[in-house]
Amino acid sequence: MGGATLTGGNPSSPEVTLDNLLQSPQGRDLLTCIQCGLCAGTCPYGDVMAYPPRRIIAMLRAGMLEGVFKSESLLACVACYSCMAKCPRNIQLTEVLLPLVKEQVFLNLAELPAELHKALDNTLRYGNPMAESPRKRAAWIKTLDFPIRVLAEDPRPVDVLWFVECQNSYHPRGQDVSRATAKLFHALGIDFAILGNEEKCAGECARLLGEKGLFDTLTDYNMAVFSKYHFNRIVTSGTHAYDAFTHRYPAAGFRYQVEHTTPFFAAYLEQLKPRLNRTLHYAVTYHDSCCLGRHNGFYEQPRLLLQAIPGVKLLEMPHNRISAICCGGGGGGMWLDTYYKAKGYERLSERRVKEAVTTGADVIAVSCPYEISRFEDALKVLGHEKKMIVRDVTELLSEAMEV
Amino acid sequence: MNILVVLRMVPDVVEELEIAPDGKSLNLEFARMVLSESDDHALEQALLIKIRDGGTVTVLALEAPEVDDALFAAMAKGADRALKITGPKAGVTTREAAHIIAGAISSEPGLKGADLVLTGTQAINDLDGLMAPMLAQELGLPFLGIVTGLIPNSSARTALATKEYPRGVRGEFEVALPAMFGIQAAEKPPRYVPVVKVRNVMKSRKIDCVSLAETVEPGFPLLQVLEMTKPQATGHAEILEGSADQTAEALCTILAERGLL
Amino acid sequence: MDGQFWVVVEHWKGRVSQITYEALAVGREVADQLGASLHAVLLGHNAREFVPTLGKADCVIYIDHPLLSEVVAETYAEALVQLLKEGKPRGIIFPLTNVTLGAATLLGARLRLPVINFCTDIQFAEGRLQARCVLYGGKIESRVAAEREPAIFGLWPGARPAEKGFSERHPLIEEFDMILPEPAIHLKKYIEPEAGDVDITQQEVLVAVGRGIQSQENLHLAEAVAKQFHGAVCASRPVIDQGWLPLSRQVGKSGATVKPKLYLALGISGAPEHAEGMKSAALIVAVNTDRGAPIFNIAHYGIVGDVLEVLPALSKAIESRKGVGSHA
Repeated sequence: MGGATLTGGNPSSPEVTLDNLLQSPQGRDLLTCIQCGLCAGTCPYGDVMAYPPRRIIAMLRAGMLEGVFKSESLLACVACYSCMAKCPRNIQLTEVLLPLVKEQVFLNLAELPAELHKALDNTLRYGNPMAESPRKRAAWIKTLDFPIRVLAEDPRPVDVLWFVECQNSYHPRGQDVSRATAKLFHALGIDFAILGNEEKCAGECARLLGEKGLFDTLTDYNMAVFSKYHFNRIVTSGTHAYDAFTHRYPAAGFRYQVEHTTPFFAAYLEQLKPRLNRTLHYAVTYHDSCCLGRHNGFYEQPRLLLQAIPGVKLLEMPHNRISAICCGGGGGGMWLDTYYKAKGYERLSERRVKEAVTTGADVIAVSCPYEISRFEDALKVLGHEKKMIVRDVTELLSEAMEV
Repeated sequence: MNILVVLRMVPDVVEELEIAPDGKSLNLEFARMVLSESDDHALEQALLIKIRDGGTVTVLALEAPEVDDALFAAMAKGADRALKITGPKAGVTTREAAHIIAGAISSEPGLKGADLVLTGTQAINDLDGLMAPMLAQELGLPFLGIVTGLIPNSSARTALATKEYPRGVRGEFEVALPAMFGIQAAEKPPRYVPVVKVRNVMKSRKIDCVSLAETVEPGFPLLQVLEMTKPQATGHAEILEGSADQTAEALCTILAERGLL
Repeated sequence: MDGQFWVVVEHWKGRVSQITYEALAVGREVADQLGASLHAVLLGHNAREFVPTLGKADCVIYIDHPLLSEVVAETYAEALVQLLKEGKPRGIIFPLTNVTLGAATLLGARLRLPVINFCTDIQFAEGRLQARCVLYGGKIESRVAAEREPAIFGLWPGARPAEKGFSERHPLIEEFDMILPEPAIHLKKYIEPEAGDVDITQQEVLVAVGRGIQSQENLHLAEAVAKQFHGAVCASRPVIDQGWLPLSRQVGKSGATVKPKLYLALGISGAPEHAEGMKSAALIVAVNTDRGAPIFNIAHYGIVGDVLEVLPALSKAIESRKGVGSHA
């Protein structure tokens, strides 16, 4: 099994490009911008962004968009959807405009920051940003005491195709989340299987960064793999993967039902409740992930799950739900920490953890794979690792279940 | 400057390497091939020289799994032409490859007459010798290896080359052109090429093919692999016990045995 | 004695390299196995001063020529081609270091002789000269036999302790005159490294510090040991974030990927983000107070202890070993 092939392209589909932007519905919306600046004001890196969305639209209207392409400042966009969520005109900023502009910025960059360079090379070559062997992607399943079906070995039709995602396959903390998730699927009697070593990155962060070619290559690959098997729906632990499958892949012919694990398990709350019989004495603050929350509106489902755990007290951070502060991992941010640091920007994960600590909670609960390592790292750097721990919602549910 | 860059694909060690059933070769069925790291630097150095001084960059490789990706990527980065030598058996040794490549360079009109021939200084599977000096010998070119800086002087037909020595010392050499260089590191890390550019190159350009001119050198093989094994991986460190002084002493013994002290 | 076995002497900047003595130790064993005489091949200019320590050899073949005052691979190969017209050794060992790299291959290519690279050991067994070789960055070991003689071997450092190849028993000297062609390559000058100008990806030895170094004031302990190894200090992200070392010294997902021969991980927990940047090092030694630290899962050797105690002890232990031969 070779790497993602670069040959072959997407079937022709009415894609919005910079050339046809103003003729598209999204483009016409752009022209209704009132230059209020809410986007720049709410952007977590707004103070260092030379071209916040407001200014990009102004440049576009003035026919000076090329100037934006020469600037590096859009590398500071972590695709958190804040600007889009707050825009009074509902302009599809993060959804449409920013990726198109970032594509050009990306092509114009003289040099790519080294960490990002590595992550993109690795994703193209190995299907994950960490330079881990594709043949070890499903190695973690051996640490469970029940088997997990891998479709390549057993291709019979299945109800749920569980798209595990890169961090949750390879990173030790991600594997903890995967084990918890598997345990929940198993406890609920869900008929599920994974792609195993055939699974590769969904490519959403590459797309949000502007590496459209990499996104297209991964889309081609994933669509080919999906077409080999029969399943009713895809459930994924990856919030960015969820976005890719829900919002982008349909243009490539993707027609499957997609869910993210958190709302998926929330729908099974009544079956889960009787199994949650260990009391966890945790004060928990839930961090809304950008993709799951602002972008797709899943605010209450994770909270319902957490409140169902005996002993859990839910505390809200000042910035919650639609105004949650991004962990800084999206849009390539996961691999730009050194770059941001060199420019003197505060790490968003540290900004968020400082706020989390003020709640007095013991646990930061998350539902995006990037957030665990980012917040655990921030807790260490800020010296708070004895005060708070980071747990995925599924980990807490699993912990609360009797073995 | 007309620059020829010789690229080689080597087994990718990110994948677990397996020994073939014969016990003396790699199981290539599961091995993935990747461009040899210092060959990537050789390409980058060639591109930097082209940007500064003009000229052409031609890349040449033996047929191998995934070599097309490397050759298209080289063109997307700025190489003017890519050639592939088709026909060799899988798993040729460095020496066999050097002989085949030298044959192609000598016989293919577009490849003779390069001012600089660059390749990586060393590859992880150079069991029977290094590519650069071997090619230099076959092509009758002067050779310098472990090069980290290369500034050609077109009018003087020389190049100023920097070679790495132990302890961070560097040596500056003057080399008469044409010449062969084994590149250790380019002046800048190999550039990133956006995937869309590579995809476009795959649609719009071709890799030229040259078929294998002759078989192996007479007198081959010169060595025989008797056995290949994987050293035992423990998965956990051997802990040295004792006081700071005792463990320091034990560590020094281990390091001395490995030539590190 | 029946036949000869040769070892090429490596000397640079006025000293015989330690690897030469390691090679002589191996050469002595192989020569004894063959029942042959061991010859040290000394190519240089005004290099007679090096002869007295080469006593493990029965004889030193000495070529003195101005063109041999600095090592140029082609000139070395040419000198050996001419020597091989007179004497036919069963095998020739070349040290594998930056100094002479390429000469062994050039010689093998010119005379169509086997070149066996990356050797960690050489012996005469089953009627043939054989070597143990390490390939693929240390992941594969190979046992290889030469099909023709003389066979040329490229020997990695560390095959034997240098003491075993060092002897001050004066060997015989055979001196030859030689005409050597002017090479197309000229060394113009050496450039010494500037203080602080360090590319950690090019270092053979890295002394890496993590939070266990505790404060900037303790960095000098790491720097002292790095100096003893002719290596450099690098760090995990927390140390860089504190500003104790510049960004250029960072190793890991957000920093450089390094593959040195030795990586000393001091007070580094070994989180995946750091491991990503150094897991391919040939030899990893970790020091950490926490026996369960993940770094011990990727290190080859570990010391459970306080970095601030182990570092000075290590420095002392290295100092007391200095003496045999000289280093390259």
